[in-house]
Amino acid sequence: MHKHTVSQLSRGLREGKYSSVEVTRHYLQRIARLDERYNAFISVDEQAALAAAEAADARLASGDGAPLTGIPLAHKDIFCTQGLKTSCGSRMLDNFVPPYDATVIERFRSAGSVILGKTNMDEFAMGSSNESSYYGATHNPWNTGCVPGGSSGGSAAAVAALLAPAATGTDTGGSIRQPAAFCGITGLKPTYGRVSRLGMIAFASSLDQGGPMARSAEDCALLLNTMAGHDPRDSTSSDVPVEDYTAGLEKSLEGLRIGLPDAYFGEGLDSATGECIRLALKELEALGATLTAVSLPHSALTIPTYYIVAPAEASTNLSRYDGVRYGHRCADPADLHDLYTRTREEGFGDEVKRRILIGTYALSAGYYDAYYKKAQQARRLIRQDFLDCFQSVDIIAGPTTPGPAFALGAKDNDPVSMYLEDVYTLAVNLAGLPGMSLPAGFVQDKPVGLQLIGPHFGEGRLLNIAHRLQQATDWHTRTPADGENAA
Amino acid sequence: MTITQDDIEKIAELARIRISGEEIGEVTQRITEILQMVDTLQAADTSNIEPMANPLDATQQLRADEVTELNRRDDFLAIAPAVEDGLFLVPRVIE
Repeated sequence: MHKHTVSQLSRGLREGKYSSVEVTRHYLQRIARLDERYNAFISVDEQAALAAAEAADARLASGDGAPLTGIPLAHKDIFCTQGLKTSCGSRMLDNFVPPYDATVIERFRSAGSVILGKTNMDEFAMGSSNESSYYGATHNPWNTGCVPGGSSGGSAAAVAALLAPAATGTDTGGSIRQPAAFCGITGLKPTYGRVSRLGMIAFASSLDQGGPMARSAEDCALLLNTMAGHDPRDSTSSDVPVEDYTAGLEKSLEGLRIGLPDAYFGEGLDSATGECIRLALKELEALGATLTAVSLPHSALTIPTYYIVAPAEASTNLSRYDGVRYGHRCADPADLHDLYTRTREEGFGDEVKRRILIGTYALSAGYYDAYYKKAQQARRLIRQDFLDCFQSVDIIAGPTTPGPAFALGAKDNDPVSMYLEDVYTLAVNLAGLPGMSLPAGFVQDKPVGLQLIGPHFGEGRLLNIAHRLQQATDWHTRTPADGENAA
Repeated sequence: MTITQDDIEKIAELARIRISGEEIGEVTQRITEILQMVDTLQAADTSNIEPMANPLDATQQLRADEVTELNRRDDFLAIAPAVEDGLFLVPRVIE
Protein backbone atom coordinates (compact mmCIF):
# COMPACT_ATOMS: atom_id res chain seq x y z
CA MET A 1 0.00 0.00 0.00
CA HIS A 2 2.83 2.42 0.84
CA LYS A 3 4.23 2.02 -2.68
CA HIS A 4 1.14 3.76 -4.08
CA THR A 5 1.28 7.35 -5.21
CA VAL A 6 -1.24 9.90 -3.92
CA SER A 7 -3.22 9.65 -7.15
CA GLN A 8 -3.36 5.84 -6.87
CA LEU A 9 -4.46 6.06 -3.23
CA SER A 10 -7.04 8.66 -4.17
CA ARG A 11 -8.57 6.32 -6.76
CA GLY A 12 -8.40 3.33 -4.41
CA LEU A 13 -10.16 5.24 -1.64
CA ARG A 14 -12.94 6.41 -3.91
CA GLU A 15 -13.39 2.94 -5.40
CA GLY A 16 -13.63 1.56 -1.86
CA LYS A 17 -10.61 -0.76 -2.27
CA TYR A 18 -9.50 0.30 1.20
CA SER A 19 -10.57 2.86 3.79
CA SER A 20 -8.72 5.96 4.94
CA VAL A 21 -8.49 4.36 8.40
CA GLU A 22 -6.68 1.38 6.86
CA VAL A 23 -4.30 3.58 4.85
CA THR A 24 -3.65 5.89 7.80
CA ARG A 25 -3.06 3.02 10.20
CA HIS A 26 -0.66 1.43 7.73
CA TYR A 27 1.46 4.58 7.54
CA LEU A 28 1.30 5.16 11.31
CA GLN A 29 2.60 1.62 11.81
CA ARG A 30 5.43 2.20 9.35
CA ILE A 31 6.40 5.41 11.16
CA ALA A 32 6.33 3.63 14.53
CA ARG A 33 8.41 0.77 13.19
CA LEU A 34 10.90 2.56 10.96
CA ASP A 35 11.32 6.19 11.90
CA GLU A 36 13.85 5.40 14.60
CA ARG A 37 16.24 4.91 11.71
CA TYR A 38 15.51 8.25 9.98
CA ASN A 39 14.24 10.67 12.65
CA ALA A 40 11.99 12.23 10.02
CA PHE A 41 9.15 13.06 12.43
CA ILE A 42 9.08 15.38 15.44
CA SER A 43 5.44 14.76 16.40
CA VAL A 44 2.90 12.10 15.52
CA ASP A 45 -0.66 12.19 16.89
CA GLU A 46 -2.11 8.75 16.12
CA GLN A 47 -5.49 9.38 17.73
CA ALA A 48 -6.12 12.63 15.88
CA ALA A 49 -4.97 11.04 12.62
CA LEU A 50 -7.32 8.08 13.00
CA ALA A 51 -10.23 10.36 13.96
CA ALA A 52 -9.62 12.45 10.84
CA ALA A 53 -9.42 9.24 8.78
CA GLU A 54 -12.78 8.10 10.16
CA ALA A 55 -14.34 11.43 9.24
CA ALA A 56 -12.83 11.12 5.76
CA ASP A 57 -14.30 7.63 5.34
CA ALA A 58 -17.74 8.97 6.25
CA ARG A 59 -17.32 11.74 3.71
CA LEU A 60 -16.18 9.31 1.02
CA ALA A 61 -19.14 7.04 1.79
CA SER A 62 -21.53 9.95 1.30
CA GLY A 63 -20.04 10.55 -2.15
CA ASP A 64 -18.74 13.98 -1.15
CA GLY A 65 -15.01 13.18 -1.40
CA ALA A 66 -12.42 15.55 -2.88
CA PRO A 67 -9.24 14.16 -4.53
CA LEU A 68 -7.31 14.39 -1.25
CA THR A 69 -10.08 13.16 1.04
CA GLY A 70 -8.70 10.40 3.23
CA ILE A 71 -5.08 10.85 2.04
CA PRO A 72 -2.63 10.95 4.96
CA LEU A 73 0.04 13.64 4.65
CA ALA A 74 3.06 14.73 6.66
CA HIS A 75 3.58 18.43 7.30
CA LYS A 76 6.79 20.27 7.93
CA ASP A 77 6.87 21.38 11.56
CA ILE A 78 6.83 25.01 10.41
CA PHE A 79 3.09 24.98 9.60
CA CYS A 80 0.97 25.82 12.64
CA THR A 81 -1.41 23.00 13.51
CA GLN A 82 -4.10 23.80 16.05
CA GLY A 83 -3.72 21.51 19.04
CA LEU A 84 -0.55 19.81 17.73
CA LYS A 85 2.93 20.98 18.75
CA THR A 86 4.66 23.13 16.13
CA SER A 87 8.33 23.47 17.04
CA CYS A 88 9.98 24.81 13.87
CA GLY A 89 12.87 22.52 14.87
CA SER A 90 13.73 24.84 17.76
CA ARG A 91 13.98 24.62 21.52
CA MET A 92 12.35 28.07 21.45
CA LEU A 93 9.06 26.49 20.36
CA ASP A 94 9.46 23.07 21.96
CA ASN A 95 6.39 23.78 24.13
CA PHE A 96 4.35 25.66 21.49
CA VAL A 97 0.92 24.26 20.69
CA PRO A 98 -0.66 26.71 18.24
CA PRO A 99 -4.18 27.96 18.92
CA TYR A 100 -4.85 28.16 15.16
CA ASP A 101 -4.09 26.42 11.85
CA ALA A 102 -1.91 27.75 9.05
CA THR A 103 -4.01 28.47 5.94
CA VAL A 104 -2.26 25.57 4.19
CA ILE A 105 -3.29 23.21 7.00
CA GLU A 106 -6.83 24.60 7.01
CA ARG A 107 -7.07 23.92 3.28
CA PHE A 108 -5.83 20.34 3.65
CA ARG A 109 -8.23 19.76 6.54
CA SER A 110 -11.20 21.00 4.55
CA ALA A 111 -10.13 18.81 1.62
CA GLY A 112 -10.44 15.92 4.07
CA SER A 113 -6.78 14.90 4.18
CA VAL A 114 -5.31 13.37 7.33
CA ILE A 115 -2.34 14.76 9.29
CA LEU A 116 0.07 11.89 9.95
CA GLY A 117 2.53 14.05 11.85
CA LYS A 118 4.96 16.92 11.77
CA THR A 119 8.36 16.52 10.15
CA ASN A 120 11.84 17.35 11.32
CA MET A 121 13.63 20.39 9.89
CA ASP A 122 16.59 22.68 10.31
CA GLU A 123 15.92 25.10 13.14
CA PHE A 124 13.65 27.91 11.86
CA ALA A 125 14.33 26.50 8.35
CA MET A 126 17.92 27.78 8.46
CA GLY A 127 20.10 25.07 7.02
CA SER A 128 20.75 22.69 4.16
CA SER A 129 21.25 19.44 6.07
CA ASN A 130 18.63 19.13 8.85
CA GLU A 131 21.54 19.03 11.29
CA SER A 132 20.55 22.28 13.01
CA SER A 133 17.32 20.74 14.34
CA TYR A 134 16.91 20.79 18.14
CA TYR A 135 15.50 17.26 17.72
CA GLY A 136 18.64 15.81 16.15
CA ALA A 137 19.56 15.26 12.52
CA THR A 138 17.39 13.38 10.04
CA HIS A 139 19.07 10.55 8.12
CA ASN A 140 18.88 10.13 4.36
CA PRO A 141 16.89 6.96 3.55
CA TRP A 142 19.21 6.22 0.60
CA ASN A 143 22.26 6.28 2.84
CA THR A 144 21.71 6.79 6.54
CA GLY A 145 25.26 8.12 6.94
CA CYS A 146 24.29 11.09 4.76
CA VAL A 147 22.14 14.16 5.30
CA PRO A 148 18.68 14.32 3.73
CA GLY A 149 19.24 17.97 2.80
CA GLY A 150 17.35 20.80 4.38
CA SER A 151 15.58 22.55 5.62
CA SER A 152 12.57 20.38 4.66
CA GLY A 153 14.72 17.28 5.22
CA GLY A 154 12.21 15.47 7.43
CA SER A 155 9.49 15.80 4.81
CA ALA A 156 11.82 14.61 2.06
CA ALA A 157 13.05 11.64 4.11
CA ALA A 158 9.50 10.69 5.16
CA VAL A 159 8.34 10.58 1.53
CA ALA A 160 11.47 8.79 0.28
CA ALA A 161 11.26 6.17 3.05
CA LEU A 162 7.56 5.67 2.25
CA LEU A 163 6.49 6.82 5.71
CA ALA A 164 4.04 9.24 4.05
CA PRO A 165 2.67 9.33 0.51
CA ALA A 166 3.43 13.07 0.27
CA ALA A 167 4.36 16.02 2.46
CA THR A 168 4.52 19.78 2.64
CA GLY A 169 7.72 21.77 2.75
CA THR A 170 8.84 25.38 2.65
CA ASP A 171 11.56 26.91 0.52
CA THR A 172 13.40 30.14 1.33
CA GLY A 173 16.59 29.40 -0.61
CA GLY A 174 16.21 25.80 -1.77
CA SER A 175 14.65 24.13 1.26
CA ILE A 176 12.14 22.10 -0.79
CA ARG A 177 14.26 21.48 -3.88
CA GLN A 178 17.59 20.53 -2.29
CA PRO A 179 16.18 17.86 0.08
CA ALA A 180 13.93 16.61 -2.75
CA ALA A 181 17.10 16.16 -4.84
CA PHE A 182 19.05 14.46 -2.03
CA CYS A 183 16.18 12.09 -1.23
CA GLY A 184 15.15 11.26 -4.79
CA ILE A 185 11.67 12.76 -4.70
CA THR A 186 9.81 15.50 -6.57
CA GLY A 187 9.38 18.91 -4.94
CA LEU A 188 7.99 22.22 -6.10
CA LYS A 189 8.59 25.73 -4.81
CA PRO A 190 5.75 27.81 -6.26
CA THR A 191 5.94 31.46 -7.33
CA TYR A 192 6.28 33.83 -4.37
CA GLY A 193 2.77 34.58 -3.09
CA ARG A 194 1.10 31.57 -4.74
CA VAL A 195 0.69 29.71 -1.43
CA SER A 196 -0.42 31.54 1.71
CA ARG A 197 2.22 32.18 4.36
CA LEU A 198 -0.33 32.66 7.16
CA GLY A 199 0.60 30.36 10.02
CA MET A 200 3.79 29.28 8.25
CA ILE A 201 6.41 30.36 10.76
CA ALA A 202 8.34 33.21 9.16
CA PHE A 203 12.05 33.01 8.32
CA ALA A 204 12.55 35.57 5.50
CA SER A 205 9.18 36.98 4.52
CA SER A 206 10.04 38.15 1.00
CA LEU A 207 11.54 34.73 0.11
CA ASP A 208 9.51 32.10 2.03
CA GLN A 209 7.10 29.93 0.06
CA GLY A 210 5.35 26.66 0.89
CA GLY A 211 5.02 23.83 -1.59
CA PRO A 212 4.41 20.12 -2.13
CA MET A 213 6.92 17.24 -1.88
CA ALA A 214 5.86 13.90 -3.33
CA ARG A 215 6.93 10.94 -5.42
CA SER A 216 5.73 12.32 -8.74
CA ALA A 217 4.92 15.58 -10.48
CA GLU A 218 1.32 14.41 -10.77
CA ASP A 219 1.09 14.11 -6.98
CA CYS A 220 2.69 17.55 -6.55
CA ALA A 221 0.00 18.95 -8.86
CA LEU A 222 -2.73 17.33 -6.77
CA LEU A 223 -1.34 18.83 -3.57
CA LEU A 224 -0.75 22.25 -5.11
CA ASN A 225 -4.38 22.36 -6.26
CA THR A 226 -5.32 22.37 -2.59
CA MET A 227 -2.49 24.60 -1.32
CA ALA A 228 -2.52 27.43 -3.89
CA GLY A 229 -4.76 30.46 -3.90
CA HIS A 230 -5.27 33.94 -2.57
CA ASP A 231 -5.54 34.36 1.18
CA PRO A 232 -6.97 37.66 2.37
CA ARG A 233 -5.19 37.08 5.69
CA ASP A 234 -1.73 37.09 4.02
CA SER A 235 -1.18 40.53 2.52
CA THR A 236 1.63 39.20 0.29
CA SER A 237 -0.47 36.39 -1.15
CA SER A 238 -1.19 36.77 -4.85
CA ASP A 239 -4.68 37.18 -6.29
CA VAL A 240 -3.65 35.90 -9.74
CA PRO A 241 -6.25 33.20 -10.59
CA VAL A 242 -5.19 29.61 -9.83
CA GLU A 243 -5.22 27.08 -12.64
CA ASP A 244 -6.07 23.39 -12.26
CA TYR A 245 -2.52 22.04 -12.08
CA THR A 246 -3.57 18.50 -13.01
CA ALA A 247 -5.40 19.63 -16.18
CA GLY A 248 -2.27 20.55 -18.17
CA LEU A 249 -0.04 17.62 -17.15
CA GLU A 250 -0.35 15.75 -20.43
CA LYS A 251 0.46 18.65 -22.76
CA SER A 252 3.06 17.89 -25.42
CA LEU A 253 6.61 19.17 -25.00
CA GLU A 254 6.98 19.65 -28.76
CA GLY A 255 8.66 22.99 -29.35
CA LEU A 256 9.51 23.57 -25.68
CA ARG A 257 12.56 25.85 -25.42
CA ILE A 258 14.84 25.03 -22.49
CA GLY A 259 17.62 27.42 -21.48
CA LEU A 260 20.78 26.07 -19.87
CA PRO A 261 22.65 28.73 -17.89
CA ASP A 262 26.42 28.36 -18.25
CA ALA A 263 26.76 29.35 -14.58
CA TYR A 264 24.90 26.16 -13.54
CA PHE A 265 27.20 23.82 -15.44
CA GLY A 266 30.60 25.32 -14.66
CA GLU A 267 33.21 24.92 -11.97
CA GLY A 268 31.89 23.45 -8.74
CA LEU A 269 29.49 20.95 -10.35
CA ASP A 270 30.38 17.34 -9.60
CA SER A 271 31.09 15.73 -12.98
CA ALA A 272 29.01 12.57 -12.42
CA THR A 273 26.06 14.75 -11.29
CA GLY A 274 26.48 16.88 -14.41
CA GLU A 275 26.43 13.72 -16.52
CA CYS A 276 23.08 12.67 -14.98
CA ILE A 277 21.64 16.10 -15.74
CA ARG A 278 22.81 15.95 -19.35
CA LEU A 279 21.15 12.52 -19.76
CA ALA A 280 17.88 13.80 -18.33
CA LEU A 281 18.03 16.78 -20.68
CA LYS A 282 18.52 14.36 -23.60
CA GLU A 283 15.26 12.68 -22.58
CA LEU A 284 13.53 16.06 -22.69
CA GLU A 285 15.03 16.64 -26.15
CA ALA A 286 13.62 13.29 -27.27
CA LEU A 287 10.20 14.50 -26.09
CA GLY A 288 10.43 17.50 -28.42
CA ALA A 289 12.29 20.14 -26.43
CA THR A 290 15.19 22.20 -27.77
CA LEU A 291 18.18 23.12 -25.60
CA THR A 292 19.80 26.55 -25.80
CA ALA A 293 22.66 28.08 -23.83
CA VAL A 294 21.57 31.15 -21.83
CA SER A 295 23.45 33.49 -19.56
CA LEU A 296 22.71 34.80 -16.07
CA PRO A 297 25.41 37.48 -15.91
CA HIS A 298 24.82 38.41 -12.25
CA SER A 299 24.77 34.89 -10.84
CA ALA A 300 28.00 35.49 -8.90
CA LEU A 301 26.03 37.99 -6.77
CA THR A 302 23.46 35.41 -5.71
CA ILE A 303 25.08 33.97 -2.58
CA PRO A 304 26.23 37.28 -1.03
CA THR A 305 22.87 38.91 -1.84
CA TYR A 306 20.92 36.06 -0.29
CA TYR A 307 23.08 36.00 2.85
CA ILE A 308 22.25 39.65 3.48
CA VAL A 309 18.55 39.68 2.56
CA ALA A 310 17.59 36.43 4.32
CA PRO A 311 19.40 37.12 7.65
CA ALA A 312 18.16 40.73 7.67
CA GLU A 313 14.55 39.58 7.38
CA ALA A 314 15.18 36.74 9.83
CA SER A 315 16.61 39.06 12.48
CA THR A 316 13.43 41.12 12.25
CA ASN A 317 11.04 38.15 12.20
CA LEU A 318 12.73 36.35 15.07
CA SER A 319 12.65 39.38 17.35
CA ARG A 320 9.17 38.18 18.34
CA TYR A 321 10.64 35.35 20.43
CA ASP A 322 11.13 37.12 23.72
CA GLY A 323 9.85 34.72 26.38
CA VAL A 324 6.73 36.78 27.08
CA ARG A 325 3.77 35.55 25.02
CA TYR A 326 4.60 31.97 24.02
CA GLY A 327 7.51 29.61 23.62
CA HIS A 328 10.58 29.18 25.79
CA ARG A 329 11.22 31.44 28.78
CA CYS A 330 14.40 31.29 30.87
CA ALA A 331 14.09 30.41 34.56
CA ASP A 332 14.08 33.14 37.21
CA PRO A 333 14.83 36.22 35.10
CA ALA A 334 16.43 38.98 37.18
CA ASP A 335 14.89 41.75 35.08
CA LEU A 336 13.36 42.32 31.63
CA HIS A 337 16.75 42.53 29.90
CA ASP A 338 17.86 39.27 31.48
CA LEU A 339 14.55 37.68 30.42
CA TYR A 340 15.10 38.63 26.76
CA THR A 341 18.80 37.87 26.45
CA ARG A 342 18.83 34.59 28.36
CA THR A 343 15.59 33.31 26.79
CA ARG A 344 17.11 33.92 23.35
CA GLU A 345 20.50 32.50 24.33
CA GLU A 346 18.86 29.27 25.51
CA GLY A 347 16.08 29.05 22.92
CA PHE A 348 18.08 29.54 19.72
CA GLY A 349 20.79 27.26 18.30
CA ASP A 350 24.13 28.38 16.84
CA GLU A 351 23.09 28.83 13.20
CA VAL A 352 19.97 30.81 14.09
CA LYS A 353 22.04 33.08 16.36
CA ARG A 354 24.60 33.62 13.61
CA ARG A 355 21.93 34.66 11.14
CA ILE A 356 20.24 36.98 13.61
CA LEU A 357 23.61 38.63 14.31
CA ILE A 358 24.44 38.99 10.59
CA GLY A 359 20.99 40.44 9.93
CA THR A 360 21.17 42.82 12.87
CA TYR A 361 24.55 44.02 11.63
CA ALA A 362 23.35 44.48 8.02
CA LEU A 363 20.39 46.54 9.19
CA SER A 364 22.22 48.60 11.81
CA ALA A 365 22.87 52.32 11.51
CA GLY A 366 25.89 53.06 9.31
CA TYR A 367 25.80 49.70 7.52
CA TYR A 368 22.26 49.66 6.10
CA ASP A 369 23.18 51.24 2.74
CA ALA A 370 26.36 49.21 2.28
CA TYR A 371 24.66 45.91 3.00
CA TYR A 372 20.87 45.78 2.95
CA LYS A 373 20.17 48.43 0.32
CA LYS A 374 23.02 47.14 -1.86
CA ALA A 375 21.62 43.60 -1.62
CA GLN A 376 18.14 44.78 -2.58
CA GLN A 377 19.60 46.48 -5.64
CA ALA A 378 21.57 43.36 -6.58
CA ARG A 379 18.38 41.37 -6.11
CA ARG A 380 16.74 43.35 -8.88
CA LEU A 381 19.70 42.64 -11.20
CA ILE A 382 19.43 38.91 -10.42
CA ARG A 383 15.72 38.86 -11.20
CA GLN A 384 16.25 40.84 -14.41
CA ASP A 385 18.70 38.17 -15.66
CA PHE A 386 15.91 35.59 -15.46
CA LEU A 387 13.29 37.86 -17.04
CA ASP A 388 15.72 38.49 -19.92
CA CYS A 389 16.22 34.73 -20.39
CA PHE A 390 12.47 34.11 -20.49
CA GLN A 391 12.30 36.37 -23.57
CA SER A 392 13.93 33.59 -25.58
CA VAL A 393 13.29 30.35 -23.63
CA ASP A 394 10.23 28.88 -21.87
CA ILE A 395 12.02 27.41 -18.88
CA ILE A 396 15.53 27.11 -17.46
CA ALA A 397 17.04 23.78 -16.43
CA GLY A 398 20.12 22.62 -14.58
CA PRO A 399 21.22 20.64 -11.53
CA THR A 400 19.44 21.28 -8.22
CA THR A 401 22.65 20.84 -6.23
CA PRO A 402 26.39 20.70 -7.02
CA GLY A 403 26.54 17.02 -6.01
CA PRO A 404 24.65 14.24 -4.24
CA ALA A 405 23.94 14.10 -0.47
CA PHE A 406 27.02 14.70 1.67
CA ALA A 407 27.95 12.87 4.87
CA LEU A 408 26.41 13.84 8.20
CA GLY A 409 28.82 16.16 10.00
CA ALA A 410 30.82 17.00 6.85
CA LYS A 411 29.88 20.68 6.79
CA ASP A 412 28.23 21.08 10.16
CA ASN A 413 30.92 23.33 11.56
CA ASP A 414 31.59 25.38 8.45
CA PRO A 415 28.68 27.72 7.65
CA VAL A 416 30.18 29.20 4.49
CA SER A 417 30.74 25.79 2.89
CA MET A 418 27.16 24.83 3.86
CA TYR A 419 25.88 28.03 2.20
CA LEU A 420 27.62 27.09 -1.08
CA GLU A 421 25.41 23.96 -1.25
CA ASP A 422 22.52 26.19 -2.32
CA VAL A 423 24.34 27.92 -5.15
CA TYR A 424 21.83 26.80 -7.83
CA THR A 425 18.64 27.28 -5.83
CA LEU A 426 18.95 30.66 -4.04
CA ALA A 427 18.41 32.90 -7.08
CA VAL A 428 14.96 31.42 -7.70
CA ASN A 429 13.78 32.75 -4.32
CA LEU A 430 15.44 36.14 -4.78
CA ALA A 431 13.61 36.44 -8.12
CA GLY A 432 10.33 35.00 -6.74
CA LEU A 433 10.16 32.35 -9.49
CA PRO A 434 8.70 28.83 -9.35
CA GLY A 435 11.30 26.07 -9.28
CA MET A 436 11.18 22.33 -8.92
CA SER A 437 13.47 19.39 -8.43
CA LEU A 438 12.84 15.92 -9.77
CA PRO A 439 14.86 12.71 -9.72
CA ALA A 440 17.36 12.38 -12.57
CA GLY A 441 19.52 9.36 -11.86
CA PHE A 442 22.04 8.31 -9.26
CA VAL A 443 25.65 8.93 -8.32
CA GLN A 444 27.18 6.33 -5.98
CA ASP A 445 23.64 5.01 -5.28
CA LYS A 446 22.55 8.48 -4.16
CA PRO A 447 19.83 10.41 -6.03
CA VAL A 448 20.52 13.40 -8.27
CA GLY A 449 17.99 16.20 -8.80
CA LEU A 450 17.17 18.01 -12.03
CA GLN A 451 15.99 21.56 -11.41
CA LEU A 452 13.42 23.28 -13.63
CA ILE A 453 12.83 27.02 -13.25
CA GLY A 454 9.89 28.82 -14.83
CA PRO A 455 8.63 32.38 -15.23
CA HIS A 456 6.38 33.85 -12.52
CA PHE A 457 3.19 31.75 -12.17
CA GLY A 458 4.59 29.15 -14.58
CA GLU A 459 4.33 26.26 -12.07
CA GLY A 460 1.69 24.56 -14.24
CA ARG A 461 4.13 24.32 -17.12
CA LEU A 462 6.90 23.01 -14.84
CA LEU A 463 4.60 20.27 -13.53
CA ASN A 464 3.62 19.40 -17.11
CA ILE A 465 7.27 19.08 -18.19
CA ALA A 466 8.19 17.05 -15.11
CA HIS A 467 5.18 14.77 -15.60
CA ARG A 468 6.02 14.06 -19.25
CA LEU A 469 9.62 13.33 -18.31
CA GLN A 470 8.44 10.99 -15.54
CA GLN A 471 6.22 9.12 -17.98
CA ALA A 472 9.25 8.50 -20.19
CA THR A 473 11.70 7.59 -17.38
CA ASP A 474 11.62 5.63 -14.12
CA TRP A 475 14.06 7.43 -11.81
CA HIS A 476 11.19 8.76 -9.69
CA THR A 477 9.80 5.25 -9.10
CA ARG A 478 12.97 3.97 -7.40
CA THR A 479 12.87 3.59 -3.65
CA PRO A 480 15.74 3.13 -1.20
CA ALA A 481 16.88 -0.42 -0.48
CA ASP A 482 16.94 -0.28 3.30
CA GLY A 483 13.72 -0.21 5.29
CA GLU A 484 10.93 -2.67 4.72
CA ASN A 485 9.78 -1.53 1.32
CA ALA A 486 9.12 -5.00 0.01
CA ALA A 487 6.35 -5.47 2.60
CA MET B 1 35.48 44.55 6.47
CA THR B 2 36.97 43.32 9.73
CA ILE B 3 34.77 42.84 12.71
CA THR B 4 36.01 42.73 16.28
CA GLN B 5 34.83 40.92 19.36
CA ASP B 6 33.62 44.34 20.61
CA ASP B 7 31.45 44.74 17.50
CA ILE B 8 29.91 41.32 18.02
CA GLU B 9 29.12 42.18 21.64
CA LYS B 10 27.36 45.35 20.48
CA ILE B 11 25.35 43.53 17.80
CA ALA B 12 24.43 40.77 20.25
CA GLU B 13 23.17 43.43 22.64
CA LEU B 14 21.07 45.01 19.87
CA ALA B 15 19.68 41.55 19.03
CA ARG B 16 19.12 40.76 22.74
CA ILE B 17 21.08 37.53 22.61
CA ARG B 18 23.45 36.73 25.46
CA ILE B 19 26.73 35.23 24.25
CA SER B 20 28.94 33.69 26.92
CA GLY B 21 32.61 34.59 27.31
CA GLU B 22 33.84 31.24 26.08
CA GLU B 23 31.72 31.40 22.90
CA ILE B 24 32.42 34.96 21.78
CA GLY B 25 35.72 34.15 20.03
CA GLU B 26 34.22 31.37 17.93
CA VAL B 27 31.13 33.45 17.07
CA THR B 28 33.34 36.37 15.99
CA GLN B 29 35.37 34.11 13.73
CA ARG B 30 32.31 32.57 12.04
CA ILE B 31 30.63 35.93 11.52
CA THR B 32 33.88 37.31 10.07
CA GLU B 33 34.00 34.46 7.54
CA ILE B 34 30.40 35.05 6.50
CA LEU B 35 30.92 38.81 6.18
CA GLN B 36 34.03 38.25 4.04
CA MET B 37 31.87 36.14 1.73
CA VAL B 38 29.07 38.71 1.50
CA ASP B 39 31.55 41.56 1.05
CA THR B 40 32.16 40.38 -2.53
CA LEU B 41 28.89 42.18 -3.22
CA GLN B 42 30.60 45.55 -2.73
CA ALA B 43 32.29 45.17 -6.13
CA ALA B 44 28.95 45.00 -7.97
CA ASP B 45 27.82 48.08 -9.87
CA THR B 46 24.34 48.85 -8.61
CA SER B 47 24.25 52.56 -9.46
CA ASN B 48 20.78 53.79 -10.44
CA ILE B 49 19.20 50.42 -9.60
CA GLU B 50 15.98 50.67 -7.62
CA PRO B 51 16.12 48.45 -4.47
CA MET B 52 13.71 45.50 -4.75
CA ALA B 53 11.75 44.57 -1.63
CA ASN B 54 9.18 42.27 -3.22
CA PRO B 55 9.97 39.85 -6.06
CA LEU B 56 6.70 40.70 -7.81
CA ASP B 57 7.09 44.43 -7.04
CA ALA B 58 3.74 44.12 -5.32
CA THR B 59 2.52 46.94 -3.14
CA GLN B 60 0.77 46.49 0.19
CA GLN B 61 -2.77 45.19 -0.19
CA LEU B 62 -5.35 47.11 1.80
CA ARG B 63 -8.73 46.14 3.18
CA ALA B 64 -11.61 47.92 4.86
CA ASP B 65 -10.91 48.81 8.50
CA GLU B 66 -13.36 46.34 9.99
CA VAL B 67 -13.04 43.92 12.91
CA THR B 68 -12.73 40.46 11.37
CA GLU B 69 -10.96 38.50 14.11
CA LEU B 70 -12.73 36.93 17.04
CA ASN B 71 -11.54 37.84 20.51
CA ARG B 72 -9.59 34.74 21.55
CA ARG B 73 -7.73 36.26 24.47
CA ASP B 74 -8.06 33.20 26.67
CA ASP B 75 -6.66 30.87 23.96
CA PHE B 76 -3.62 33.08 23.54
CA LEU B 77 -3.05 33.59 27.25
CA ALA B 78 -3.26 29.82 27.78
CA ILE B 79 0.04 29.28 25.93
CA ALA B 80 1.94 32.14 27.62
CA PRO B 81 4.67 31.34 30.15
CA ALA B 82 3.27 33.63 32.87
CA VAL B 83 -0.06 35.45 33.07
CA GLU B 84 -2.20 37.14 35.70
CA ASP B 85 -5.64 38.73 35.46
CA GLY B 86 -5.66 38.43 31.67
CA LEU B 87 -2.23 40.05 31.28
CA PHE B 88 1.22 38.76 30.29
CA LEU B 89 3.63 38.88 33.21
CA VAL B 90 7.22 40.14 32.91
CA PRO B 91 9.77 40.94 35.64
CA ARG B 92 9.26 44.25 37.41
CA VAL B 93 10.26 47.14 35.10
CA ILE B 94 9.55 50.13 37.33
CA GLU B 95 10.59 50.08 40.97
